[in-house]
Amino acid sequence: MCLATPMKIERIVDGRRAIVSEGNVQVEVDVSLLKDPRPGDHVIIHAGYAIETLTLAEAEERLALFRKIAELSGETSGETGAPQ
Amino acid sequence: MSDESQLARSLVSEIESVTARIGRTVRLMEVCGTHTVELRKQGIQSLLPRRVTLVSGPGCPVCVTPSGYIDNAMQLVSEGRAQVATFGDLMKVPGASGRTLSSLAGTGRVRLVYSPRELVEIARGSGLPVVFLAVGFETTVPTIVSALLEARDRGVDNLFLYTAFKTVPPALRFLLSNPEHGIDGFLLPGHVSVIIGADAYAFLERAGGRPGVITGFEGLDMLLGILGLLRQIERGESSVQNAYPRAVRAEGNPRALELIARTLETRSDTWRGLGPIPGAALGLQSWLAESDAEKEFDIPPAEDREPPGCLCSRVIAGMSTPPQCALFGTRCTPDDPVGPCMVSSEGTCSAYFRYGGAR
Amino acid sequence: MTDTGNIRLEHGSGGALSRDLVEKVIHPLFRSDSYSELLDAGPLEKGSDLLMTTDGYVVDPPFFPGGDIGRLSIFGTCNDLSVSGAKPLCISLALVIEEGFPLDDLRRALASAAEAAREAEVRIVTGDTKVVPRGKGGGLFITTTGVGRRVFSLPLTPGRAQVGDAVIVSAPIGAHGLTVLAARESLPVAAALRSDMAYLYSAVSALFPLAEKLRFMRDATRGGIASVLNEVVQSSSWGIAVEDAAFPVSDDVRTVSSLLGLNPLEIANEGVFVALVAGDATARALDILHAHPLGREAQLVGRLSADSPGKVLTTTRVGGTRIVDFPRGLLLPRIC
Repeated sequence: MCLATPMKIERIVDGRRAIVSEGNVQVEVDVSLLKDPRPGDHVIIHAGYAIETLTLAEAEERLALFRKIAELSGETSGETGAPQ
Repeated sequence: MSDESQLARSLVSEIESVTARIGRTVRLMEVCGTHTVELRKQGIQSLLPRRVTLVSGPGCPVCVTPSGYIDNAMQLVSEGRAQVATFGDLMKVPGASGRTLSSLAGTGRVRLVYSPRELVEIARGSGLPVVFLAVGFETTVPTIVSALLEARDRGVDNLFLYTAFKTVPPALRFLLSNPEHGIDGFLLPGHVSVIIGADAYAFLERAGGRPGVITGFEGLDMLLGILGLLRQIERGESSVQNAYPRAVRAEGNPRALELIARTLETRSDTWRGLGPIPGAALGLQSWLAESDAEKEFDIPPAEDREPPGCLCSRVIAGMSTPPQCALFGTRCTPDDPVGPCMVSSEGTCSAYFRYGGAR
Repeated sequence: MTDTGNIRLEHGSGGALSRDLVEKVIHPLFRSDSYSELLDAGPLEKGSDLLMTTDGYVVDPPFFPGGDIGRLSIFGTCNDLSVSGAKPLCISLALVIEEGFPLDDLRRALASAAEAAREAEVRIVTGDTKVVPRGKGGGLFITTTGVGRRVFSLPLTPGRAQVGDAVIVSAPIGAHGLTVLAARESLPVAAALRSDMAYLYSAVSALFPLAEKLRFMRDATRGGIASVLNEVVQSSSWGIAVEDAAFPVSDDVRTVSSLLGLNPLEIANEGVFVALVAGDATARALDILHAHPLGREAQLVGRLSADSPGKVLTTTRVGGTRIVDFPRGLLLPRIC
């Protein structure tokens, strides 16, 4: 029920609107659901509205968590994922 | 092998180990329609051990809207009383009559929108009242309400909402109230949770509850979410974990929640096939009555009628799988759908058909 | 597909229903003893090396970043001839114009068609013009019929494919359909998108020296790559195994299709073709394409396999498996 795309705030247009970008794609979205939107913030866009700002610290922590899991389980043998 | 598939392999290997130790079949419910699609589209389903069964839940807003809602909307159009604006998701859903909104496109009074932001200008430029088919869960609710307030602020008074807003936590409570639910854990919807916050699921932790993991939508996120659930099941825990902390906060999005509290009130609308669920819907508060399409146009309550043979209501409750429906893949396909579970791109039957949901 | 009722928009979207319409309703009426196969391009007479093809162009809006209906009507038909192994020679141009269509726009579209014909070195030898009342015509419809001379002597059909054949996609996918959709709906996605429309003969014919190692080619238009791959394996004894990560997709197409909830594999292209080549000719085919301006980003995306006959299976980025189906229904952007 919720497709949302991560993009970056380029600039604030006014109280409601901002331009967000990803690569060459620029879209105008509504940022009034965000507390304090700033250029450079990474946000997630749903139906033309920014619904939250992504915290990079958490994103980095996620990658660290994956690495930890990878280390713990080691190189396990046993192929999975055969088409069924 | 790419970094991503290497990490995935480790996660799958962990999943296999934990599942082996649990030693029985485990049923995990993917609440959110987007998860239903992404789990299959990204091939997660194919990576899981046989003892982990994914069960689809009612998180498909189109699938849980009673067929009569579409008929009511079509009546507004054919009577020429209003222009109807809608997201693409609803255009192809058959009403109880079997006809769809898209069949009325020739009237010029059915308008497809990509964002509620477009509604202000559409209403401003329309000689007729504009009724937006306001269907969605908590992710979408604040965006639609925001657009309505913007219209009112700008003096545009011909925009109305025909609300069919639904909320997730009461629906989960409802599912758990059936002693035969058979669900061992919930993969909780990442973007709904962005709005409502991790704390909204606290009730899952009480006696008779089940573990829940708030999960994102990338392949690795979903594997992590499933692993989190399996680990809790192994340890007999039922707590709520947030595996999508980069977007989901404990308290949710306060501005969105404040907007909802200010403008909407709880209702007990019918969920298609499940009947009325207490407190699992939202409607406009009385101060917004003049923007309420149901009041303005005297719209009757939406009838909930299933097409004969359609198993959608059981599918969204996780009680049946699409292949168990006699119509699946024969009489009911994405090109010729009978029920909303096949029409909606988020629907379970559509996902099974298109990506091969069965093992 | 049901046998009665009326034509729906989905019958034209290039997916499964379109194929059903062609194969179950249209072909049976026109097959004969002489021509059991109705190909994209057919010979003028049995054994003739002159091939003919036809296509209708109904794109809305008629002008969009990267091209227009005039240019498309020439390149599209010439591309069909090219992937059938023929060098395009001449074109006929039939117009159906809706009352009220601006004369300036007509001039612009036709000038563009003339320019495209010059670039493609084809002559426009005949044509027709009709005007229909307002409300009946969708602006401007163009039908072009092209005749070309066979240059590649073997048929380029799925029938020649063999297990182990490589599946190559010539260029990044998804740009054309997204561009047209964005232009038609005035979507707030700024000029990041541009149609990939191109005349493919020189890139296509660069592969002809592969001779019998070149099995099959098709341009991936309406219905996208997903349609072409499924057409290859439909009712055949082999399947195709591809990898999600292998398909060339530009970042911008990825972002916009994510915003709209669409799948690049299902989006129309006008400058992309799929080629099936013998497994041991893969490197050579890729070298040839990479040396060509229209094939610089060509990728090997998968192989023909004996597993899962009739199906296209893909390995996802996390190492899982799923089916790639014909596109179903209309490509409607979604938010849920």
